[in-house]
Amino acid sequence: MAPTEIPSRLEVAFRKGRPALVAYLMGGYPDRAGSLAALRAVALAGADVIELGVPYADPLADGPVIQHAAKVARARDGSFGLAETLDLAAEAATIEDMPPLVVMTYLNPMMRMGFPVVAGRAAEAGIAGFIVPDLPPDNPMAAQWMREARSRGIDTVFLAAPTSTPERLALVGERSAGFVYVVSSLGVTGERAELPAELTALVGRVRASTSLPVAVGFGVSTPQQVSNVAGIADGIIVGSALVKRQDDPVALGDFVRSLASAVQRR
Amino acid sequence: MSDVLLPSVESAYSSPDAQGFYGPYGGTFVPETVIPALAELAKAYETALNDPEFRNELGYLLRDYVGRPTPLYKAERLAEAVGLGTVYLKREDLNHTGAHKINNSLGQCLLAKRMGKHRVIAETGAGQHGVATATAAALMGLECAVFMGVEDIRRQALNVYKMRLLGSEVVPVAEGGGTLADAVTAALRHWVERVEDTFYVIGSTVGPHPYPAIVREFQSVIGEETLAQLQVKGVGHVDAVIACVGGGSNAIGMFYPFLRNLPDESRPLLVGAEAAGLGIETDKHGAALTKGTPGVMHGFYSYLLQDDAGNPLEAYSISAGLDYPGVGPEHSSLKDAGLVRYEAVTDAEALEAFALLTRTEGIIPAIESSHALAMLPRLAAELGPDAVVVVNVSGRGDKDMDIVREAGLGTD
Ligand SMILES: Cc1ncc(COP(=O)(O)O)c(C=O)c1O
Repeated sequence: MAPTEIPSRLEVAFRKGRPALVAYLMGGYPDRAGSLAALRAVALAGADVIELGVPYADPLADGPVIQHAAKVARARDGSFGLAETLDLAAEAATIEDMPPLVVMTYLNPMMRMGFPVVAGRAAEAGIAGFIVPDLPPDNPMAAQWMREARSRGIDTVFLAAPTSTPERLALVGERSAGFVYVVSSLGVTGERAELPAELTALVGRVRASTSLPVAVGFGVSTPQQVSNVAGIADGIIVGSALVKRQDDPVALGDFVRSLASAVQRR
Repeated sequence: MSDVLLPSVESAYSSPDAQGFYGPYGGTFVPETVIPALAELAKAYETALNDPEFRNELGYLLRDYVGRPTPLYKAERLAEAVGLGTVYLKREDLNHTGAHKINNSLGQCLLAKRMGKHRVIAETGAGQHGVATATAAALMGLECAVFMGVEDIRRQALNVYKMRLLGSEVVPVAEGGGTLADAVTAALRHWVERVEDTFYVIGSTVGPHPYPAIVREFQSVIGEETLAQLQVKGVGHVDAVIACVGGGSNAIGMFYPFLRNLPDESRPLLVGAEAAGLGIETDKHGAALTKGTPGVMHGFYSYLLQDDAGNPLEAYSISAGLDYPGVGPEHSSLKDAGLVRYEAVTDAEALEAFALLTRTEGIIPAIESSHALAMLPRLAAELGPDAVVVVNVSGRGDKDMDIVREAGLGTD
């Protein structure tokens, strides 16, 4: 728990009396204006939290759809990166009824910009949290980053994996703020035809290790899957299935509405 | 026999720390999914190191299968040609499969077997680590898949064919520039998916902890043998020891025993040669230590070629084993501490050194190793005509015939 008394916007977003829908979009894809239109469409369609990905040259934890979007974004608009994504977020925050934004970035762009600068700019842009997939909670760099982030009311969300030991889950649960991100299955991001049968047990183990809301991502891509996960988790994160539609705000909005109603129906 | 190269009682050099940091470099920067596997690996590795049976088995394979110890050969005609007193070549090119990579592949595949994994994966640039791992997998009856960039598949067709002959799958990687860094990323992505039944055999002193330490351990046989051979030959004084640096495994394998066993005063100058490609003033090189800045890639913190926004850049070198935008974390720490000097060697200089060794000694070196050899004339200018220098010839040049022919060597 953060020592400061700034209430977590993310925790609030996950505690509306029903599971929250978290929509992942790639910053700068298909271009800056296109990603802004996508943000607007997804907000309007009822996403409770938006995760905004930072295009990166070596997206180690991402599958083909997100890799492709990052590549396109980096090729356009003078190489879209962390600075441009924070700037985009600042503009998105002025959109009416914009849900809390979480930045998802690999660590190196943050290190290159410097943690104090990243945290300062993110706070100005109204960012609610950060997800950094290649920064484990017990890495000394995580403590350095969190010192900067916490004091500015920015949550750092750590990931729990199917392979995590009870000790690791305890660590993830204790160090996370806002929510805990449960990686549904082994592998990188991307749509999966089926989610693993052990997911329910995994979510149960994560719950036992934290008082924070618990959200499930990686592979969740259809309204049916969203509905299933909504039965066990406080949040459902959908990424590749949205990024695939990100160049068409109308189709994207329709799809997010179908996911949002799948959540509501629970 | 002189005592200058005898082990000191206590060396101050002790890296990495418990979290895998060499000074500020190294560490574990990977998705949570593989963290437990890395912890499991670290434990299995510790147990194996303390198990005489493991050491015996590896020692037996290195001797009877690989052909170790490799000779320390006094290259008199080469020494004369470059203007040095004495040049010793550590002949890693004479290893089974043609390079130092087999030392590490056998060690890691033995570890994999101990851990009950029946499947291994590897990345490869020049194809040497791929061939070495495919070989170890064939020997031990392990399933093996090797990730290789499409550009490297083109440059190193012979090694691709060898891996397939050995029963391994070669997985083409088309992302990025289709070279070594892309192959590492693809292998790491695959590992995240198959971590439960698959052992990732990393080919250099890179990657998250404990890999850099494991690879150093398995390659240290190079430097240990060299120290012993110098003693047997009665060589009491060495001025410099040179190795090429891609990820840095043959270099750390050579340097580490010198760092650990010798006090600063009597330690030879240690020189790492990285790839300057078309020149370090261009953007076509692989000189992470000379031109990079610290950053995180492939799970560790080290000097890295990166843009202003923190994206790793594509590296370039004529040699597929040196065109990596990063470098092993221990080398970054050694650079900062001034314990090793790193210099960059261009494609053209490497080709020249390749031709020189071939013509003076009848030894055809790998194009990677030729980068180390290219340091000889520079050191002659600096150390004078009586200096004694050891060069690690990390591999043989059979795989590079097409490249040197394309570059116009031997066609006159
Ligand atoms: C013969 C040879 N030398 C050197 C290298 C570079 O690797 P490292 O720096 O890890 O020794 C390679 C890599 O493929 C190689 O094949």
